[in-house]
Amino acid sequence: MNVVVCVKQIPDPADPGALDAETKTLKRDVKLILDESDSYGVEMALQLVDAAGEGEVTLVSMAPNNERSGLSTALAMGAASAVLVSDPALQGSDSLTTAKVIAAAIKDQSPDLIIAGSESSDGYTGTVPEQIAGVLDMPSVTAAKSIEVDGQSVNVQRQTDAGHDDVVCPMPCVISVTAGVVEPRYPSFKGIMAAKSKPVDEKTVADLGMDAGAVGWAGAGQDIVEVTEAEQREAGEIIEDDGEAFAKIVSFLEENKVI
Amino acid sequence: MTLSKIWVYAEVADGEVSSSTLELLTKARELADTVECVYAGDDADDIAETLGEYGCETVHQTGDLDGSLVGVPVAAAIAAACEDGDGPDAVLAATSYDGRDVAARLSVKTDRPVITNVVNLELDGDSLVGTEPIFGGTTEVKTKFSGEGPFIVLMRPKSVPAEPSDGSEADVEDLDVPDLGSSGGAQVTGRHAEESDGPKLDEAGVVVSGGRGLGEADKYEMVESLAKLLNGAAGASRAIVDAGWVPYSYQVGQTGKVVKPDVYIAAGISGATQHLVGMKGSKTIIAINKDPEAPIFGVADLGIVGDVHKVVPKLIEALEGR
Repeated sequence: MNVVVCVKQIPDPADPGALDAETKTLKRDVKLILDESDSYGVEMALQLVDAAGEGEVTLVSMAPNNERSGLSTALAMGAASAVLVSDPALQGSDSLTTAKVIAAAIKDQSPDLIIAGSESSDGYTGTVPEQIAGVLDMPSVTAAKSIEVDGQSVNVQRQTDAGHDDVVCPMPCVISVTAGVVEPRYPSFKGIMAAKSKPVDEKTVADLGMDAGAVGWAGAGQDIVEVTEAEQREAGEIIEDDGEAFAKIVSFLEENKVI
Repeated sequence: MTLSKIWVYAEVADGEVSSSTLELLTKARELADTVECVYAGDDADDIAETLGEYGCETVHQTGDLDGSLVGVPVAAAIAAACEDGDGPDAVLAATSYDGRDVAARLSVKTDRPVITNVVNLELDGDSLVGTEPIFGGTTEVKTKFSGEGPFIVLMRPKSVPAEPSDGSEADVEDLDVPDLGSSGGAQVTGRHAEESDGPKLDEAGVVVSGGRGLGEADKYEMVESLAKLLNGAAGASRAIVDAGWVPYSYQVGQTGKVVKPDVYIAAGISGATQHLVGMKGSKTIIAINKDPEAPIFGVADLGIVGDVHKVVPKLIEALEGR
């Protein structure tokens, strides 16, 4: 069983960065890391391949400047190889273009299953996995809490507002997983060393048979027309607990007629 | 200038039209001459009155989808209508599990972009401009569709008010779902609802949320007790959902629920941007955290620098004694 996991390399969310005023894209001069949301997909894929007893996990990522530090983390966890699409023409790509690029990179792999996070921690459009499925004309299940392979199908528990749905989906298919569904393993020292020699296949837009004029800002179909500072809430009263701070909360609740 | 026709993807929860659907209809009335709905199912008659009251003139229902997940068939039906020239200029859906699926599939079918996480939508000539908060809401970006429609928009719940327009009951029409080929294979075989008492997280007047500062999963109990005493709902930061302390349905934030209660109490939550996006629209905010530098204090009306394990039990005791 071969599984492709789509992973995103993002600036560390602890240091969320800024928009470049000129290019209106996220400043990415900082070191990128593996999006934590994607570590669950990597772990899930490794467990499924393990359970199947054969096959491997391949990563697919799109990133500027041939960035691969996030990929290294996922390779160290146990993925066998990676495909990295990197091309200056991709700057400004919207979610649909991103999905087309990733789908083109996935196609050559002919996987049984494609796993992605439900949404990235930085852009969080939450549409890319379903768009990848659309481009590949495959069935899909989003917001999966668990995945179990059953012959030529997968049984998925899909998160809903009320609880969850049981969903059966034939393979090949695209499944997006929610965060927290499995415990992502920490890369071992051996894994980190092994990752250094694992193949990362770098591709450009042209390598994927796509036109550079159809991606990036040129292919986006949307323009950023304004970037403004949002109105901020003002901080109120901050007090140190002296053992009686609960009484402050009680009177605050009274003032606001909650009690 | 307004658009001539907008379709809103209508969702139902517990037999009632979702509040986010009513918000979308209210917004759509401002932007288009004709507002209609798309609905996945065969029982649109049951909701036609409510949808009509909020300005929907016609509900296009797909019919029984026989357990299929809705994204693929609903998007295919909308795309087919657009191809036939009967489609809308824009499609609005809520940022929900199904809403995202519909918008994403429709974007591929029509080869048009989706503008996501929109909190406001305005007309600009014959196009639409969406406002999206980024970096935890500190910055707002306005994005305009530059190509032709249909414009596809995913709007965050609770971004705009829902106001009825006293419209009459909507007409119900059938919408053809074309052959789905190999993409339509996902089938729902069972539905499970989690037991929950008290008000819903995104509707409650008071929300009490717990975070990593609680220290361990067992301590979440005090968040639930406090929520119950205040007739509110219990929520959580992403950190403790990821850690498996509480189910995902408790999560407040960018991922998870957007809440705007009268009072929001954050217990042991530092206030990562991911969390702030989901709660800073609350009318008032109380924060309890031992780190005086925690970002949550930047948005709190009342901030208590202290140990949640001391402050919250005392607060519970005081409330119980009333």
